[in-house]
Amino acid sequence: MASVGVAATLAEPQRAAPVRAVGAARRLAAARPPAASRLDGVEMAPPDPILGVSEAFKRDTSADKLNLGVGAYRTEELQPYVLKVVRKAEERMLAANENKEYLPIEGLASFRKATVELLLGADSPTIKEGRVACLQSLSGTGSLRIGAAFIAKFMPGAVAFISRPTWGNHKNIFADTGVEWREYSYFDPETIGLDFEGMIADLEAAPEGSVVVLHGCAHNPTGVDPTKEQWAKIADVIIAKNLVPFFDVAYQGFATGSLEEDAFAPRYFAERSIEFAVAQSYSKNLGLYAERVGAISWVLNDAGAADRVLSQMKRIARAVYSNPPVHGARIVSEVVGNEEMFEEWKGEMDMMAGRIKAVRQELYDALVKLEPNKDWSFVTKQIGMFSFTGMSPAQCDNMTNKHHIYMTRDGRLSLAGLSSSKCQYLAEAMIDSIDNH
Amino acid sequence: MAQGPAGTPSTARPRQTGRKPVASGAHSAIDSARSPQVIIAPADAILGVTEAFKACTNPNKLNLGVGAYRTEEGRPLVLGVVREAERRVLADPRQDKEYIGTGGTPDFCRLSTTLAFGEGSRPLQEGRCATIQGLSGTGSLRVGGKFLAHFYPVKLVLIPSPSWANHKNIFERCGLATQTYRYYKPETRGLDYEGLIADLKDAPEGAVVILHACAHNPTGVDPTPEQWQGVLEVVQQRRLLPFFDSAYQGFASGDLDRDGAAIRLFADAGLELLLAQSYAKNMGLYGERVGALSVISSDAAVSKRVDSQLKATAFGMYLNPPKHGALLVTAILSDPELYAQWKVELKGMADRILSMRQQLFDALQEVGAPGDWSHILKQIGMFSYTGLTKAQVENMTNKWSVFMTMDGRISMAGLSGTKCKYLAEAIKDSVENC
Repeated sequence: MASVGVAATLAEPQRAAPVRAVGAARRLAAARPPAASRLDGVEMAPPDPILGVSEAFKRDTSADKLNLGVGAYRTEELQPYVLKVVRKAEERMLAANENKEYLPIEGLASFRKATVELLLGADSPTIKEGRVACLQSLSGTGSLRIGAAFIAKFMPGAVAFISRPTWGNHKNIFADTGVEWREYSYFDPETIGLDFEGMIADLEAAPEGSVVVLHGCAHNPTGVDPTKEQWAKIADVIIAKNLVPFFDVAYQGFATGSLEEDAFAPRYFAERSIEFAVAQSYSKNLGLYAERVGAISWVLNDAGAADRVLSQMKRIARAVYSNPPVHGARIVSEVVGNEEMFEEWKGEMDMMAGRIKAVRQELYDALVKLEPNKDWSFVTKQIGMFSFTGMSPAQCDNMTNKHHIYMTRDGRLSLAGLSSSKCQYLAEAMIDSIDNH
Repeated sequence: MAQGPAGTPSTARPRQTGRKPVASGAHSAIDSARSPQVIIAPADAILGVTEAFKACTNPNKLNLGVGAYRTEEGRPLVLGVVREAERRVLADPRQDKEYIGTGGTPDFCRLSTTLAFGEGSRPLQEGRCATIQGLSGTGSLRVGGKFLAHFYPVKLVLIPSPSWANHKNIFERCGLATQTYRYYKPETRGLDYEGLIADLKDAPEGAVVILHACAHNPTGVDPTPEQWQGVLEVVQQRRLLPFFDSAYQGFASGDLDRDGAAIRLFADAGLELLLAQSYAKNMGLYGERVGALSVISSDAAVSKRVDSQLKATAFGMYLNPPKHGALLVTAILSDPELYAQWKVELKGMADRILSMRQQLFDALQEVGAPGDWSHILKQIGMFSYTGLTKAQVENMTNKWSVFMTMDGRISMAGLSGTKCKYLAEAIKDSVENC
């Protein structure tokens, strides 16, 4: 496969230093390295914007500093949170003396079962009929990546439509695998809501067979999700235009607090016999960020196709990492496979989502109190971890430079990193930035 | 049975439009003629051996296709030192599940490069080594291949014949061309040194050359120290770019330094090179997927830039690597007591393999198997290229229930002392009658 579509994070290749012709065989003295490196043409890669935010935050010495950059859940004390149920699972795993043998390429069987059931429901006929091809992979990113590589190979020429805006890495993943990407309208800055007509129009205009990346719930970065009625209409267009949905499910549980409720869109599409791909991640909802646990699945109309698709995804994965990491998958399997632990997980999920809802409300209350004439309703209407404030880059810079509040320059705040005690401070900073810059 | 969209969710749903109900056996749109037919991918040869073994009911069956260490009792092994490290990690209140950096932790990287290149290694001291944590050996090779495909002008990778089958896959998926160089000599069941040197001399200048650091997979045939010197010279002459695959450091001879000798020879000679390290076998961390990719440049400033691009490459593929395995490696390598314990357990594994080689050799002599079997002793590491033909291998499997790959490779790890005689009989029978 020719190397196509360089990811935005890689610099343009430079002409490498010329390889000098070697005449007669010469023995290089052991201690002397060659004069010029043949990698001299390698340029410094641009820093990852979100990583840059975290690093700048670390360097900041202000007592008021607040990191609202990364979408990682924090407690009220602004500490990372390892779910109790995860710790329990790890203790069990250690006590059980599990071995560390290679998983099969498709991953841990009990994990795959649990993951597909979590998405579609344990009673799903789709699952019972063997029509889901599920491959454990490296969290959301890795799963999207395998899915994109599959699309590049088996749906050549297909265009991937991503929402405007969307998670920054979506376009990189498609570009990197050689899949052309385009945007569909999504966010309306006027209403700070969904530009539904624009979205539908763009999907209707998409070439037949296009892939459409849809956020399963809690859209990143906007926090704006379609209603159930809107999902139905989206499904109509997808069916009519023979489009292929690719769900990115990174926040199941973080939208409403209910794992089941948050799976509405993929379940609905499966019920309507729409074939689709889905990348799932356990980074946020099980707090397993570091363990890279997720899955890429294809929900299909035919069990035979599911088998074949899985075999081809395995082939792709084999050349990237051979087989997926076992630790995180076992944790998921323990938690989801044990009724008591599953209930406990649901409770912790509800708690995390609840804390974010609570700070949303407090932030809203603080903003309204400070500036009652502005419409701050977007704060409580938006769903999930993030608040898409509509702040300009200049305003965001003010947030950081003056108020030591770190966020991404698209105006996104991660409320998962906000504590109740900081809501007032944040509100004041936002108003200052919006009013004065 | 599969019907049209069944059931009714609790919320009102609009009428279905357009879509036909799903009947069983319905044609998948993804799988349609609009795009290349999704055919079933070819079965993995090595996995097939294990599956056939599982299905076999003969109580004497022997699985010599396994690519993971087994105890004398034929069971997987988790090293005691790994268990201890896990206990410590779990008990540590400071441990969380936050994303680790794309390149892994600095400690992990530093410990890995010290392990591979040695404490006093000049490239390390001079800041010329860029290292990232990788997804075991495969992931490290893949990121390295992708990096080269993007930044290195010569898009050709030379792979020994034979080699681990995934080498070719990985580099071709990166968009690089591959070519083989002679390596294994069937007549001697040893190294085709002249062929190797000739092929490297003939290769385009600057080509990437895959070198197994020790315990060549699948043959078990390694160059001698003198032969490594010869390889170094031709690599220097042709300005080839070495890419070492180190999956068995410590596991081959039982000695970490000895098994790292080839890597260190090249690094100390001032060459630019790449290294993919795996902790799958030597720490028994197979499923945790932990390894490292290093790139040594001739210049520290270049090395910094290379480092940023390795991270950018990995970031685009999976954001950041899994933490658990890396924590265990770091704990073991950074604690003198654990490190010492690891070396003992590692030597224990290597010694058992060496003992199997000796016992098999002795058994072959005892049963009077025809031919020279000294290669069993000369070859090193988990695998041995027996020299058995396809027909002989079939006999091994069909008549004796000895499961192995068709290329004649056996895994010493799957052997136990009590089975050596049986295996020797099977080999004798196959060689004499097939």
